[in-house]
Amino acid sequence: MGLRAYVVRRVLQLIVTFWAFFTLLFVLFRMMPGDPTSMFIMDGMTPEQREQRIAELGLDQPLYVQYVEYLQQLLTGDFGQSFIYNDPVIDIITVRFMNTIVLMGTALVIAYVIGIAFGALMGWWRDSRFERGGIIVTLMARSSPEFWVGIVLLSVFVFWLGWFPSSGMRTTGGELGGGFVARYGSLDFLHHLFLPALTGAIVYLATPTLLMRSTMLDVLNADFIEIKKAEGLPERTVLYKHAARNSILPIVTVAAIATGAAMGGSVVIETVFNWPGMGREMVSAVNQNDYPLAMAAFFLMGSVVIIMNFVADLLYVYLDPRVEYE
Amino acid sequence: MSTERTSPVDAATGTIGNGVSYLRTKLEIFEGDRLGQIGLAILAVFLFVGIFARPYTIEFLNVTIPGLAPYDPTERAVGGRLEGPSVAHPLGTTDMGRDVLSQLIAGTRVTLLVGSLAAFMAVFIGTNVGLISAYFGGWVDDTLMRITDVVYGVPFLPFAIVLVAILGSSLVNIIIAIVLILWRSTARVIRSQVLSHKQRPYVESAQAIGAGHVRIMYRHILPNVLPLTFLYAAFAVAWAVIAEASLSFLGFGDPNMLSWGEMIYNVYTANAIREAWWWVFPPGIAIMLFVMSVFFIGRTLEKEVNPELKHQ
Repeated sequence: MGLRAYVVRRVLQLIVTFWAFFTLLFVLFRMMPGDPTSMFIMDGMTPEQREQRIAELGLDQPLYVQYVEYLQQLLTGDFGQSFIYNDPVIDIITVRFMNTIVLMGTALVIAYVIGIAFGALMGWWRDSRFERGGIIVTLMARSSPEFWVGIVLLSVFVFWLGWFPSSGMRTTGGELGGGFVARYGSLDFLHHLFLPALTGAIVYLATPTLLMRSTMLDVLNADFIEIKKAEGLPERTVLYKHAARNSILPIVTVAAIATGAAMGGSVVIETVFNWPGMGREMVSAVNQNDYPLAMAAFFLMGSVVIIMNFVADLLYVYLDPRVEYE
Repeated sequence: MSTERTSPVDAATGTIGNGVSYLRTKLEIFEGDRLGQIGLAILAVFLFVGIFARPYTIEFLNVTIPGLAPYDPTERAVGGRLEGPSVAHPLGTTDMGRDVLSQLIAGTRVTLLVGSLAAFMAVFIGTNVGLISAYFGGWVDDTLMRITDVVYGVPFLPFAIVLVAILGSSLVNIIIAIVLILWRSTARVIRSQVLSHKQRPYVESAQAIGAGHVRIMYRHILPNVLPLTFLYAAFAVAWAVIAEASLSFLGFGDPNMLSWGEMIYNVYTANAIREAWWWVFPPGIAIMLFVMSVFFIGRTLEKEVNPELKHQ
């Protein structure tokens, strides 16, 4: 099977996966406790108003009609009204989504930059005290749930040292600029961003570090490294230009998958630091029975995971020509 | 082949002897592996604490084995509110005057329960899916692997939160949510392993003498992929424990089964993180140590499964 056939096949799989995911969402949210009408109905309605509202929402239709309408709404980005905010869900969720992307994006970039460097050095100095210590530290970070790392950082840097604010995304009453840079570039914002991003970075650090170390060990056993050393190149050149560069390949696909997985992790980190992102919004929406909002958040998180898994598969075959398409 | 097995003298005790020697070979892989030994030791301590957390009464002997927890973990006001560590309460008390050490000890049992049950079920499903998928191939493989793909597209925490909201916050429902997601990685790995085993001569010879599908799959191929299953079981335990702790921290835990994650949720909702370090640090450290011990053991198993790692 050639590359083109593989891509076509993978796109078809993507569509099937999305369809299955949509269906799962439909089933789950129809099973939510309580009569599906009761959650859309405000108190104090007359029976006629109630009937009318049910008809408006299409809830008097048979289930398969509702299902088809539901698919149409999802595909057009229509997620209905939020009960708590009384605003269109799409408006609320896009703002929250951006906040989550900024937070988790920062965390992932830090984790992968440090992880790749750290892992490369661990592989380079194998069997050293540095390597053994590094493995233990990495495994410790990996063994800690996100909320635990967050709480330790809160205790040390906020409650003990008082260096950072404990929660939120900006100081209340702070100016809210219009543009992206004004919004996410201000010092106040970065001050708030530091700890939650560091929490994510610590948790996600383990995967690139351990992977980089083990691919480095493979690459360092290869003949061309011996040749480069024999050519008399300085160690540093061999490490950076030849060994590390050839070890990065597997990290790229893992990074794509990790980006998807980080969407789920955002739920916990945002809760600890009261970050106004999608994950925290989802938790509070479920707690307050705001189903349209909860569903939209779930939908977005799942979509990012599915798309990133797809990207990872394509990157994998694109970057490594030796891969056989199966 | 061990010599015990063929010796007629040992015939009677053979099975026991085999069992012991099997266990010994399993433990041998930990020799010279410091991290693996530390992992085993920590896990043993947690097992001990979890098993003897609460008092047991052996009715017909009229004996009560005292539990390790000094107080009833849910009893209020056994001490003052938010008291720091003291002789009576080595880890202090909660905002309701409950004993933190007793809660920590009781939480060990919940963690062991979730970790072992969820991992066992997930690996059981995953191994079977992988085995059946790879062995039969064709549309069976296609169907099972597409289902696996879909599960890979579902982010765990949002899924678990919604599922627990539907089914109710109980430990069983949390384990169900974990298992429904966790089986996917085992299924993929076992499938690729079985694909390579399927081509080997021993499978062909089994087919030649007329062995059935089930027999070939479970008697011939399965024992060869079992070490990998054990490795994934270790990772599954770690993952399940973190998953349960995260869910409990978010407030979706079982209110009747106090777990470490729920302890931290309680500190958080009581707004006591700032002052009550004795309440928030022990459960967090316990989670970290437990998961670490499993990872350390996993590393040792990994070297066994993938001998190339030994030389690294």
